[in-house]
Amino acid sequence: MTLEVMATAKQPIPLDLAFRVAPGELLALVGHSGSGKTTLLRIIAGLWRPDVARVVVDDQIWVDTASGVDLPSHRRRVGIVFQNYALFPHMTAAGNVMAAMDQPDKREAARILELVNLAGLEDRKPAQLSGGQQQRVAVARALARRPQVLLLDEPFSAVDRATREKLYSEIIALRAHLAMPVVLVTHDMTEAQLLADQMVLIDKGHVVRQGRTADVMTDPVALRAMGIRELASLLPATVVAHETDGLTRLMTAAGPLFLPGVTAAAGTKVRVRIMAHEVILSRARPEGLSAQNILQGQVTQIVQGQGPAVMVHISIGGDEIIARITRRAADQMALGPGDSVHAILKAMSVARDHIAR
Amino acid sequence: MDWTALWLSLRLAGWTVVILLPVAIVMGRLLAYRQFRGKVLVEALVMLPLVLPPTVFGFYLLVAFGRNSPLGDLWQAVFGQQLVFSFQGLVVASVIFNLPFAIQPAQRGFQAIAVELREAASCCGMSPLRSLWQVELPLAWPGLVTAMVLTFAHTLGEFGIVLMVGGSIPGETKTIAISIYDRVQGFDDRGAAIMSAVLVGFSLVTIAVTFWLSARVGKRLT
Repeated sequence: MTLEVMATAKQPIPLDLAFRVAPGELLALVGHSGSGKTTLLRIIAGLWRPDVARVVVDDQIWVDTASGVDLPSHRRRVGIVFQNYALFPHMTAAGNVMAAMDQPDKREAARILELVNLAGLEDRKPAQLSGGQQQRVAVARALARRPQVLLLDEPFSAVDRATREKLYSEIIALRAHLAMPVVLVTHDMTEAQLLADQMVLIDKGHVVRQGRTADVMTDPVALRAMGIRELASLLPATVVAHETDGLTRLMTAAGPLFLPGVTAAAGTKVRVRIMAHEVILSRARPEGLSAQNILQGQVTQIVQGQGPAVMVHISIGGDEIIARITRRAADQMALGPGDSVHAILKAMSVARDHIAR
Repeated sequence: MDWTALWLSLRLAGWTVVILLPVAIVMGRLLAYRQFRGKVLVEALVMLPLVLPPTVFGFYLLVAFGRNSPLGDLWQAVFGQQLVFSFQGLVVASVIFNLPFAIQPAQRGFQAIAVELREAASCCGMSPLRSLWQVELPLAWPGLVTAMVLTFAHTLGEFGIVLMVGGSIPGETKTIAISIYDRVQGFDDRGAAIMSAVLVGFSLVTIAVTFWLSARVGKRLT
């Protein structure tokens, strides 16, 4: 199951882009609101038809304006999670899930609801469910369609941070069961960086950059479009223990890391999104500092931006941390590739939804 | 008490509701969802019976239904009886005259359904017909109930148009409203009072029961 999309339009939003998502891969469509992300999802789902479009799933043409093919939405095997979920208010959770099945099957519905951690809530109406639970029902309903393509339209924007953190982990865990291409629309860079394999950065309907998430997230042109303060690295770590003062001890390739608000159990492998502008660099190992995390590594490269800052890539036991410091500081420290350096990170600078499995 | 007239009125109201329900669903949906050229004109036409005096409307129907009119001739050819001054003619007039009462609330009912819900239904693999049955009708239900209750009640009370198109033939076109009028004309105040009271009571009970039922259904739905 591969999804190929090409679309050109002038109305209602100028669009001109093309991309491809492999089976099991998650692609994030990222851009500011009004950039055309949601319109693109609607094209894939068949809810909107642009001037020129071609959507092919597995050699099956869903829409091709050139040859006049245009399958109606209900004949496309598409699972979609709407931004505000669009659950059927008159049906129970199980009813919503069964509504998307070819042969409604109560046991199968219960199985899918269990998959999204909603076991026991089958008979609740949407109005009796919390925002996070409603989102899970919407995901379950999308999966019940046995979709060839799964579309997620800002699925985490309507829930609070704590729920969002939980839902991230669930989506990541769920992906092990998913064989179809997944397209996630979001304006949240944390979400994109934590969840996506591929990224298409859109601005006013045009592609700014597309490619592997890690590459796009460090590309200077892409960073200018999404805002340079979104620059961050993803550091793998393993949860070791929750300590009595509320901090959690994690282990990275270069030593321990102390962070607040970690809920994952000991032994869980997580990835921590570390904002580049929060990282302080020091040549000598500092002492008497309030910051709890000091990781030693080697500078691999220094990238000059247009402004007064530089991006310093540091290898920490094989993993990477990026620090965004002033060019003045880099000059004063006389930093160069290969130099040994200490990356300093306040525990409090990592938000709880910046940590995911 | 003119039971024949009451029964006739009930039959007329019942047939009007039965015929108008599918019309209200189709037209209400069309006007609620679609944008098309001439939509304003269609909406104005639907509303027309609401503004015109029943006599004006009745006059035009009389001309349209009457002998030597194409519709009247066609009816005569197919059913072997004339359309004016018959129960069937009354039903046709009643259906047309009740269009605004049936279509308007139905249209509001369908409009109240979020576009996303219909899109979700489609993305769930539901054909337009299944979407109508499983999603739209249950959600537009309050609007449809209002439409049918209004139509029923309004037909029971209609006077002018019945008089114009139907005349006052007992058992054929003499409805309860006409019968009451006849009693008053004939100085039978007691008869008029009894029949009026029966009509008031019956209408009140019908409407109250319908709204109570639909409120229960509504509660079950959400």
